[in-house]
Amino acid sequence: MALKFAFLLILVVCAAAAVRARDLLSSVILLCAYSLVMTLTWTLLNAVDVALTEAAVGAGIVTVLLIAAMGRTVSREEEPEPAAAGAASALRRALPLLAVLCTGAVLVYGTLDMPDYSDPSAPANTHVAARYISGSVPETGLINFVTAILAGYRGYDTFGETTVIFAAAVCASLILGRGVRK
Amino acid sequence: MNRRPADNPVAATVSALLIPFMQIYSLYLIAHGDLGPGGGFQGGAIFAASLILRAVVFGLDREEERRLDTIAGSLAAAGVLVYGGIGLLCMLRGGAFLEYPALPFADPKTAYHLGIYGIEIGVGLAVAGAMLMLFMKTAGSRDD
Repeated sequence: MALKFAFLLILVVCAAAAVRARDLLSSVILLCAYSLVMTLTWTLLNAVDVALTEAAVGAGIVTVLLIAAMGRTVSREEEPEPAAAGAASALRRALPLLAVLCTGAVLVYGTLDMPDYSDPSAPANTHVAARYISGSVPETGLINFVTAILAGYRGYDTFGETTVIFAAAVCASLILGRGVRK
Repeated sequence: MNRRPADNPVAATVSALLIPFMQIYSLYLIAHGDLGPGGGFQGGAIFAASLILRAVVFGLDREEERRLDTIAGSLAAAGVLVYGGIGLLCMLRGGAFLEYPALPFADPKTAYHLGIYGIEIGVGLAVAGAMLMLFMKTAGSRDD
């Protein structure tokens, strides 16, 4: 439990530092650290499949892609203009803070009605989940029922996802490759 | 990106040790997705990461770059074709799309198992290819 809170604290610190950093390289490395801590959090929550993906894609490939993208742009944010004094500019700075606080309050209010983590009587655990847990091994013969759900029961969805990944990669290459003579 | 001896001996040594391990591990994840955590997506992403690590640490020359670019596109397309092909094969054998027991194997359990095995390979190829395509397009050298 203490470990979970420590991870959450590190996540918040990393996220805040990544936003505050003026140097894009620092931001990218902080995001990589964020993903690594997220990997540990997924492992703590027993979501090993998600942890593997987070480590490989979030901490690994995305970091490399962001650093590579930095090579095509400037890597430092310009210093902000010194804020003008006066009531109007003070209001202009206070408004975003107010908006963020209100949104945050609404989100926290929304979580109050959420069921406890791994509550067996939560709606998500009372409908199809029980059916998958008890039925997937006799029906599919696969021991890992995450795979049985992804590739068996939801094979259409996974086919759609694979096609989306393919289409996204093709579109990104077409856009990024425009104007390049080979 | 140019082919060069790795300028950092620590990075070179660590990646030389890690890259073969990552590649074997990615194949293990794809092959054992039905028994433990992992599967096509994770295996494919880790396989792509191993090739990206090699390219980042040791660099690529023009020839390798062009080859990797071609391979990446073909892998991604082949992955989707393998997945869709298995689905269509099920239909040709009289089942529904992706109804694995219809596949031509001795008993439905084996067919189900091998069908899932096949589509995991398809997902792995597609993901590895897509990741490599994105990497080559953002980090590859440009002629303009």
